[in-house]
Formats: sequence, C-alpha cells, structure tokens
Amino acid sequence: MTGAGFGIGRVRWNWLVAAAVLLAALPLVYETYTPTLLAIWALFALSLALMWGYAGILSFGHAAYFGLGAYAYAIASFNVGESTVPLLLAIIVPAVVAAIIGALMFYGRISDVYLGVMTLVVTLILNRFMNATAGDAYRIGNARLGGFNGIPAFPTLNVPGDPSMQVFGTAYYFVVIVCLIGAYLICRWILASSFGRILIGIRENELRMELLGYNVPAYKTAIFTVSGAMAGLAGCLFANWAEIVTPSVFSLGQTAEVLIWVIVGGLGTLIGPIIAAVVLGMLKLALGTQTLIDNSLVLGAILILVVLLIPRGFAPTFAAWRRRLAQVQVHRRQARGTRRRRVALQEANQ
Amino acid sequence: MDYAAIVVLEILYMIAFLALISAGLAIVFGMMRVINLAHGEFVMVGGYATIAAAKAGINVYFAMLVISPIVVGVIGLIVERVIVRFLYGRMIDIMLATWGLGLLLTGIVTLIFGNTPVSVATPIPGYQVGHYQMGGYNLFVIAVAVVLMCSMWFALRYTRVGLVARGAMQGREVISALGYNPSTIYMLTFTVGAALSGLAGGVMAPLTGLLPSIGGAYIAKAFITVITGGAAVIAGTVTTAVVFGAVDQIVSFASTPVLGEIAMLVLALVLLRLMPQGVTGQFFRNST
Repeated sequence: MTGAGFGIGRVRWNWLVAAAVLLAALPLVYETYTPTLLAIWALFALSLALMWGYAGILSFGHAAYFGLGAYAYAIASFNVGESTVPLLLAIIVPAVVAAIIGALMFYGRISDVYLGVMTLVVTLILNRFMNATAGDAYRIGNARLGGFNGIPAFPTLNVPGDPSMQVFGTAYYFVVIVCLIGAYLICRWILASSFGRILIGIRENELRMELLGYNVPAYKTAIFTVSGAMAGLAGCLFANWAEIVTPSVFSLGQTAEVLIWVIVGGLGTLIGPIIAAVVLGMLKLALGTQTLIDNSLVLGAILILVVLLIPRGFAPTFAAWRRRLAQVQVHRRQARGTRRRRVALQEANQ
Repeated sequence: MDYAAIVVLEILYMIAFLALISAGLAIVFGMMRVINLAHGEFVMVGGYATIAAAKAGINVYFAMLVISPIVVGVIGLIVERVIVRFLYGRMIDIMLATWGLGLLLTGIVTLIFGNTPVSVATPIPGYQVGHYQMGGYNLFVIAVAVVLMCSMWFALRYTRVGLVARGAMQGREVISALGYNPSTIYMLTFTVGAALSGLAGGVMAPLTGLLPSIGGAYIAKAFITVITGGAAVIAGTVTTAVVFGAVDQIVSFASTPVLGEIAMLVLALVLLRLMPQGVTGQFFRNST
C-alpha cells in the first residue's frame, strides 16, 4: 500500500490521518500535560530510529543532542527574549555539533564499538561540564548556566513575532503533535529519496556501497546531522514543557531510555519506536508514582529480554508473524488443493 | 617539595585506580572481544558486598579481597550462562544486553540497600607529608593495583592458563586447537573478569562511599582506559592508565577536578580518532 504522490513513498495516509485525528481529539477527553511529554519522547525516539534503524549507526550518546537542543533554547531565549530564533538555534546548534563529531568519527573510519565509546564520551563530557558550571563565572550573555541546578524560568515558546503571546497547555500540545507528524513525514521523505536508499545500502553492506562509488562517510555524517537536529528539536520542546533545563538531560539514563525505546519498538521501522516511546514512557511515569519497584530495574529487564528473545524489536517481529500467518494460510490452501488432486488421481487410477 | 610529593602520589593513586577498575573489563574485552557495559555495576556490587560483610563483623580486608570477588564472580558466572553466551559474535547486542543488566543491577541494589549513600571507615589512618595530610589507604590501593597487574602479567606470560588465555585472544579455533572447549574458556574468562571487577569495587569502597548509581562513574573511565588501550590486555591498560591518570591529575591540580576529568575524556576522543585500534594497535604490538 503506497501513498499517492508527494514523493514521500511508503506513507499509509489513511492510518496517518486517523492517528492525526485521534491525537487532535485527545484534548477533548484528557488533559494534555502528560501526552505532550510522551509525544516529545516519541520525537526523540524517532530521531534515533531514523539513524540506527536505517543507516545502522548506533549512538550510545544521543542524549547529547537532545540536551544541546534544550540548553541552546534556554540560553538563547534569555538573550533574545522571544522564541523563534532560539527555536531555530535549538535545531542548528545540535546539528552543527553532530556534523563535527560525525565527520570526526566517520572520516576516521572507526568501527561500531569505538563509535559507541566516542558518542558516549561526548555525552559524559557535556554532563560533567554542565554540572560544573555553577556560579556567576559561567554565563552566556544574560543566561547563567547554573551547574547542577540548571537554568529555570526562561521565556517559553511564544507566537512568532509576539513575545507576549505564550504558547502553553493545549496549544503547546498541538505544536508538539505537529512537530512529531512533520518529523515523521520528513523521515519518510528521506527514506524514499535516493539518499535514504543509499543509507539503507550502507547499513546492509558498507564496503559494497563504497566500491559502487558512494562517499560513505559523507552520507553517514549527513544522517548523523539530521538525526542530531531532530533530537535537538525534541530537547527544545522538552525544555519548554519542563520550563527548566538541568544537566540530567545529558545523563546516561536519558541515553539508555531512548535506546530502549528504539530497540523495543524495532529497528528498521519508524512507527515501532514511536509507539514504544509512548508505551514505555507511560510505564515509566506509572512506576514513578510508586516506590516498591525501581524504574531502572524494569527498564533493564525489558532491555535484556528484548535483546535475547526478540532482537529485532516488536514491530518487525509482529509484521513477520502476520506474514507467516498469511503464508500458513496459503500453504494450507495449497496443501488442500494437492490432496484433492492426489485423491482424484488415485480414484482415476483405480 | 612537599607539594611535588603530593602531586606525584596523587598521580600514582589515579593511575592505580584506573588500572584497578579497568582490569576486569580489559580481560573480558581482550579475550572475548565482548564489551560488558554492566562493568560499572559489577564494581558497584563488589563495593556493596564489602560494606555489607564489614557491617556483619567480618574483617574488612577479608571482605574486600575474598568475599567481593567471589560474590561478583558468581554473578558473572550466572550472567554468562543466562545472557551473554547466546550473544557471542553480536557485539552491539551484547553491549545492549549488558547495559540492560547494569540497569537491572542498579534497580536491585536500590531495592535492597535503598538510594542513600553508605560507607565504611577507611582501615588505614592518614599520614603527614610536610604540611599536608595524606590518605594512607591510597598507598594500599596503589599496592593492590601493582600486585594485580604484575600477577596478571606473570600468569598470562608464564603459565598454562595464560597460554590458553592468550590463545583465546587469537580466536575460538585456537582454543579448540589447544584442546579446550571454547565455551568453557569463555565462561571462565567472564567469571574471572567479573571477580576482578568485584575486587576493584571492594578495594575502592572505603574511599568512595557507595550509591546504587555509582556504576556510571566507573564505567566511563574503565571503558575509555580499556578501549584506548587496545588489544593487549596488560600493556594497553597500564599505558593508558598512566597517560590518563597523569593528565587527569595534572589538569586537576592546575584547575579543578571536573576539568581534569573532562581533559581525560577529550584526550580519549583524540587518541581514539588517531589510533582506532587503540594504543597497542599502534605501539607495543607484541606485548601481552
């Protein structure tokens, strides 16, 4: 089922429209505070799903770009006073950092494991640095970095051109939903373009793509940048939701969570990680309300079980089940046909 | 003069610390090409084992040198049999599964001991260097690290076990050719690696105090020390421990400890970019 036109390829428009309508109707029956957060997490998961699932690049430090987006927005909004420029900066800054780090890694042709270490170390550096920026010495323009306590009370998102019209509550929920759906469509568009196909080719066999004449490091750096930008946008939206930015956006926990969402949802799909982010996000919030079972215990157990039992994640496994079920039915029909023919043959022989 | 002595002692301590917490990870990575991201949590569990045993009235040295390695070794054995052995050859999956294991262990320890810091008194009193008060226990840590590194080197170089272990570094076939079952060797290697992590946790426990989340503080340092060190277990770990330890402490003395740590991490990034096979992929090729 391919979508009609728009050059976006495999979008199931009927599902997408249904989902959009449902999401738009949600505020009528439910308060939007939690759904907003879940949608932000879904966007964050989407950014990693695009890079890991389709280009095969696993970053153990994707929280770096999420956090950079959040900090870029907070710092810029203090200095600019309205939110349009900070919002753009929250996408540009992580993208530039991702481009630099990506180029460093991919042109160095380091292997998967070393890539994991380097991305992790970048996140740790940012975490340590931001934790150490307490005091007046650390300020960028009007914004004090605030160390462990982070940056509170920055101007939140406003209607472009009118700083007095702040966007919050249900309106903010719609902004986030539009961002999520927009990002999803951009991902689909990327994957349908020749760029996306080359990325999938690189994931399948890097050497072959290189021998075919593609500049593999350039493509990898490009998708790393796109993914970083998307994570930055998610971070910016998160900052506006929480109305405070602390160094915990760079924490290992944040990185681990997004990895878990993506692998549980399934590599090589976009909708899987989005759903996983929402479901596991709700689980996390539910676990946060009680003290009997620790949140990280459950997350850890889920990660181990998924890697051991369904290493491809839920969405592809689910799709495979459906295919197999369909195949079984076809086989059964064929088998019945053969049996009938055989019986007929025997009767004819007798 | 006193100040110089202090700086040197602190650098030595940092080097010993890095070598100690990296030993277990280095063994597992060097021989099995497996990255155990639950390493930090193994160290953390070792620390809790020591503190729990010491609180129960057991001699603290016995607790850290015997009980912690045994407890964590047994955990490692179980983990290898239940999780890791199904994933050999799938490096990224092992990293993910062991990361999950790390979270799981953190959660379990939080359930048992609570999310509050615990500590045990340092068993060796401090001493004076000129005007400065130094921790006497730091010297003990240095001694343990030296003994550990020397005995590991000796064992790898001159014993039958070491021969098999070095064979394991070459690959599965070599172990089979030596007449051993690769599965058993990998199981034992992982257990020994875990036990060494437990030892490190036990020895460090009186100095650092413990929180369930402290594993994260260890894993990054151990990780970069081992990976930057490269394939040769002892030479790589010692070289990078010396380089990182010195850089960390010198920058720390010149500015703040946080900048020292950041300098160490940045240096690791640069070294990895310049030498993707690790330091021993570039130098000391034929070392252990």
